[in-house]
Amino acid sequence: MTDTANTLLEVKDLKMHFPIYGGILKRQVGQVHAVDGVSLDVKEGETLGLVGESGCGKSTLGRAILRLYNPTAGKIIFEGNDITHMSPSELRPLRKDLQVIFQDPYDCLNSRHTVGKIVEEPLLIHGVGNAKSRKEKVMALLEKVGLQASAYDRYPHEFSGGQRQRVGIARAIALEPKLIICDEPVSALDVSIQSQVMNLMMDLQKEMGLAYIFIAHDLAVVRHISDRVAVMYLGRVVEFTDADSIYEHPLHPYTKALISAIPEPDPTIKKERIMLKGDVPSPINPPSGCTFHTRCPFVTDKCKTEVPQLKRYEIKDGRDHYASCHYAGELDK
Amino acid sequence: MAYLEVKNLSTGFQTESGLVTAIDGVTFNVEKGRTVGLVGESGSGKSVTSASLMRLLPQPAGKILSGEVVIDGIDITKMPAKDMLKIRGRKIAMIFQEPMTALNPVHSIGKQLMETYLVHYPQMKKKEAFEKSLEMLTKVGIPAPEKRIHEYPHQLSGGMRQRVVIAIALSCEPDVLIADEPTTALDVTIQAQILELMKELQEKNGMSIIFITHDLGVVAEMCDDVVVMYAGRVVERATCTALFAKPRHPYTYALLDSIPRLDNKRKSKLHTIEGMVPSLAEMPNGCRFGPRSTFEHKEEAYKTRPHLKEIADGHFVEWCECCQKGLKAKLEAQGETYEVTV
Repeated sequence: MTDTANTLLEVKDLKMHFPIYGGILKRQVGQVHAVDGVSLDVKEGETLGLVGESGCGKSTLGRAILRLYNPTAGKIIFEGNDITHMSPSELRPLRKDLQVIFQDPYDCLNSRHTVGKIVEEPLLIHGVGNAKSRKEKVMALLEKVGLQASAYDRYPHEFSGGQRQRVGIARAIALEPKLIICDEPVSALDVSIQSQVMNLMMDLQKEMGLAYIFIAHDLAVVRHISDRVAVMYLGRVVEFTDADSIYEHPLHPYTKALISAIPEPDPTIKKERIMLKGDVPSPINPPSGCTFHTRCPFVTDKCKTEVPQLKRYEIKDGRDHYASCHYAGELDK
Repeated sequence: MAYLEVKNLSTGFQTESGLVTAIDGVTFNVEKGRTVGLVGESGSGKSVTSASLMRLLPQPAGKILSGEVVIDGIDITKMPAKDMLKIRGRKIAMIFQEPMTALNPVHSIGKQLMETYLVHYPQMKKKEAFEKSLEMLTKVGIPAPEKRIHEYPHQLSGGMRQRVVIAIALSCEPDVLIADEPTTALDVTIQAQILELMKELQEKNGMSIIFITHDLGVVAEMCDDVVVMYAGRVVERATCTALFAKPRHPYTYALLDSIPRLDNKRKSKLHTIEGMVPSLAEMPNGCRFGPRSTFEHKEEAYKTRPHLKEIADGHFVEWCECCQKGLKAKLEAQGETYEVTV
């Protein structure tokens, strides 16, 4: 990806808090800080990987960008338009350019509709063509994602997980969007099927110039498909840089721990592990200072009180590398 | 002699359209103190194998059709269901993938742990069972166990719940532990903790583990021996190092080839296995991987069942001539060696 590519999406200091109601009077007793100040940008035709453990807010962020939620604070700018507070009717024309693929291909397809109807629906809603041209278009889409034309009249339950995910992809690309948010699109699939779907996604990206936000917890998968990667922890981005740098020179101890925890498919390699103790703290009352300090092996007193900011570091030939750790780059000794 | 021997085991299910064979002539051994990985895609028969070993097949549809499962010298396939109660828990125990469904949500975890002791040792006092439960929770690394023991499953995180499930499975000190995808539902950092815990406990008790997973990374990390299953059959069986260094069944080869690795070129095309596992109702008797192998297969290859061939000491491959010829050509074209005579 060249730096000259236009910015497609910009997220500025986005916050998404969910209220918790309790007590007899059902008053608000607290809030879940699901996304707590995230800034990101996606360029045209690039893939931005979003990784982190469950509960880190990566899916919420994806859904907030799609405006399936009303963000608490911050800004979402898509193609120069501020969509943060747009009404559903104002959003509708933009939805053409902003699509989504979900994790579970079993849940996200209406089991009472034929595959043809499912893929046609976005075209129908946006009033594309007439019945005949739409059917032709759907046939072409099915072929594009590697399904047979006979799939048109069949129902989702007749397909395997990988094929259903292809249907989901066909639906997402039907309107020729510019950005697709992929929420764990291959996590539920077997390795052999996973690689088929990833190849398809990479091919479509090249062909149609799509940009992806690729949300996943499998770091090897994310590295393979992404241009840049953002690592999230408890609703914040802790490290953000290009896909090679994040694996070669991780700066944040959380990223280091995540990478070291990936089991390597080679029994001769004995990796040195950074073992993280315990679980991710609750996002209702996130820890003070650096939110990672409760599990960080390098914790100092400073970490417990001062919140580290996302700062730019120069690691290798002028590439942008952001990390939020007081001791980023000093931990290798 | 191996502690657990699975000999030519076939299990089928009675369905509306007749009997379907889910696993077909599965053979492998588990030695004392070793970890055996059972690998394969969904639908390959891994979970049916483990359910057969535990005699926990869904009733009345599931049935062991033929073969033997010999645990410590006793064949359990023909044992009356009542006697299995003595085998389960003490000789062979199991942990499941989804710790939320494996635990009962309306009982405290203490009660669920104590239950195991009270069932298996009827003469044991409740107080003693409670103390033993507390000890088990400490062993599996649950912080503040005296407080946690009174809590309910929903109050614990996924990793904690899996620790509780492990504690229950290990409470009667089984000789063999079957772990059915124990870390699939967990995050990598928590997965690393649980794998470490299982290794530690194995070192202490000297138990054997049958580790069912589809994650080859986890296999490489945990297992001593690997059994690769495809479409209900064992296609390759070897030590872990031999299997990863020299996969000699085209399915194993393709599986290893399709994982995205950290040292791959980014955005390069990943190797895939085209098509999918044939459905149980229309399994050929001959080579089952043939149609997906991209190698040319003769008509006969689909008719007669390939035999297991020992190509090196303890390295067994389901021997289909057509598959092997294809794999040989492929390996040699890549400049790798293929040492077996076809």
